[in-house]
Amino acid sequence: MADLHLTQVRKCFGNVDIIKGIDLAIRHGEFIVFVGPSGCGKSTLLRMIAGLEEISSGEITIGGRVVNDLPPKERSIAMVFQSYALFPHMTVRDNIAFGLTIAGEPRKEIDAKVADAARILKLDALLDRKPSQLSGGQRQRVAIGRAIVRNPDVFLFDEPLSNLDAALRVNTRAEIAKLHRDLGATMIYVTHDQVEAMTLADRIAVLDGGVVRQFGAPMDLYRYPDNLFVAGFIGSPKMNFIPVKALSVSADTITLNAEGLDALTVAAKGAEILPGTALTLGIRPEHITISHGATPRHQGSVVLLERLGHQIFIEVATLGGHSVTALIDGEEEVELGHTVGLTYDASKCHLFDKNADSLRL
Amino acid sequence: MTTKSERLLLLIVALVVVAFVLAPLFLMFATALKPDENQILRDLGNAHAFWINPSDISFKNFEAVLANKTFPILRYMLNSGIIVVSIVTIGIFVNSLAAFALARMQFTGRNLVIAFIVALIIIPMESVAIPLLLMMSAIGWVDTYKAQIIPFIAHPFSIFLFYQFFAAIPKDLDEAAYVAGASKLRTYWTIIMPLSLPTIATVAILQSLEYWNAYLWPLMVTRGSDARPVSLALAQFFSTPPPVWGNLMAFSVLMSLPILIVYFAFQRWFIQSTIGSGIKG
Repeated sequence: MADLHLTQVRKCFGNVDIIKGIDLAIRHGEFIVFVGPSGCGKSTLLRMIAGLEEISSGEITIGGRVVNDLPPKERSIAMVFQSYALFPHMTVRDNIAFGLTIAGEPRKEIDAKVADAARILKLDALLDRKPSQLSGGQRQRVAIGRAIVRNPDVFLFDEPLSNLDAALRVNTRAEIAKLHRDLGATMIYVTHDQVEAMTLADRIAVLDGGVVRQFGAPMDLYRYPDNLFVAGFIGSPKMNFIPVKALSVSADTITLNAEGLDALTVAAKGAEILPGTALTLGIRPEHITISHGATPRHQGSVVLLERLGHQIFIEVATLGGHSVTALIDGEEEVELGHTVGLTYDASKCHLFDKNADSLRL
Repeated sequence: MTTKSERLLLLIVALVVVAFVLAPLFLMFATALKPDENQILRDLGNAHAFWINPSDISFKNFEAVLANKTFPILRYMLNSGIIVVSIVTIGIFVNSLAAFALARMQFTGRNLVIAFIVALIIIPMESVAIPLLLMMSAIGWVDTYKAQIIPFIAHPFSIFLFYQFFAAIPKDLDEAAYVAGASKLRTYWTIIMPLSLPTIATVAILQSLEYWNAYLWPLMVTRGSDARPVSLALAQFFSTPPPVWGNLMAFSVLMSLPILIVYFAFQRWFIQSTIGSGIKG
């Protein structure tokens, strides 16, 4: 069983804290995605798990074994690099077999394992080619092949799709998901692309500034973000944030003034909120509709309009001076410059306090 | 775009330069192949010195040089071969390992060591020759191969060349090897060195040239023919009266051949490397 536990893991470069005490418990067979903006420390954290980066303090265990001071080869991990890191002077076969050759496995077994990996990854016909003779997608598959032949407890992927074009990325993403289902191994995957994170992960760890902002199932992060950062990072297009004030509060509701229009009552922890407190209302663009005669929550003119086919993406400059984006039905008749009314269900609203924490019940 | 006349001018300049470079070689080969010493002396005063009629070609001078018991050229070439091959092969490992450590390992004073190695490149051999000779004499290495090999294995310029090349190899490759279970030494040997063939060729050619042609140091540390290299033997052969030009040039041709063979063997990689590293070839 390859459970992976990180306990108060820190990394400092001089006086700068890159990873600021991370705790994560990853179960055997889980597909975990580390996601976050550039510089959030996600790749550093992955490299610390791999043993390519020393940890400044804390503890990492793989399968119950503390691996802090073990070199990469003794951690039972395999890693797929962003650059693929294929050895240019070796054939595909030798690249895939590299780890097994180093381990001194018998030639027969190596050949069998390489053939098996090549079959799974559809590389059979390419085994005698050099990496320079392969396309980006094929190189990526060789890098994955090099990882799977070693049968590690934990697979580590460092932004493996970022060098591929959009179409290939979708295909390879599906292949990695299938690989995870077939192998049932623990996989940790680093990306800055939240679509990859949402589609691949059993659980996502959203990192920012060296800390985990939230760790949970993709739809939990989407539906119940713990803070403004996660709310803004997960979901595309990005969630709208509108500054509001609490008009009245109860233990489990907060009534807001939304731009001076109709008061909006949202289910939220109101116990510690005083009337008049400034809060942030979050609403996802896909939860906003055109009001069509009903009392709109916001009104304004359309300043940006992108027709996506089944949906239209609009940006509305509201009378309250905010910018609200919405993903509305593709059949709606809106034009650039039109004044439109926007509405949404209070149950879809998120409320955040002045510390950017969610007031979800 | 260059105009036609500019291109013509460039061509003429290039031809003049090439003529200056090749003329001595033509003279050497032509003279070595001429059998008649009197004819050679007559030709040296005019343009015939650079040419020989194919029908006049003779290997008489080569036979004479190879049969000369006072100057056993094959022995001298063997000495040079042992010295150069030892320096180059051992040097490639020692210098590339040093460069690997500098390019890939973090340790206190690393930058200082690099700066020190770069500084060593500019110190001429002549300035350390006397202290080095005293050292060799004190440990009894005078007139041995060791005295001509050991002090020259560590070569600052080669370390610098390797260091530059290794620093440009993506670290992901090393890390992929480490994750796959390779040690540092295994990574150096199976990943880094096979990728460094152009630099290995450059180092091999530059060092071969330097030590095949070495003169001052062998003059200082050798006395008899036991460990004396061919470069020194040529100088002695040249200064032994009377000068027989045909034999002298045959000696020179024989001495030049191995280094030309080494150059042509490694030429492709050498040019690749010098283009890649921006070093003049």
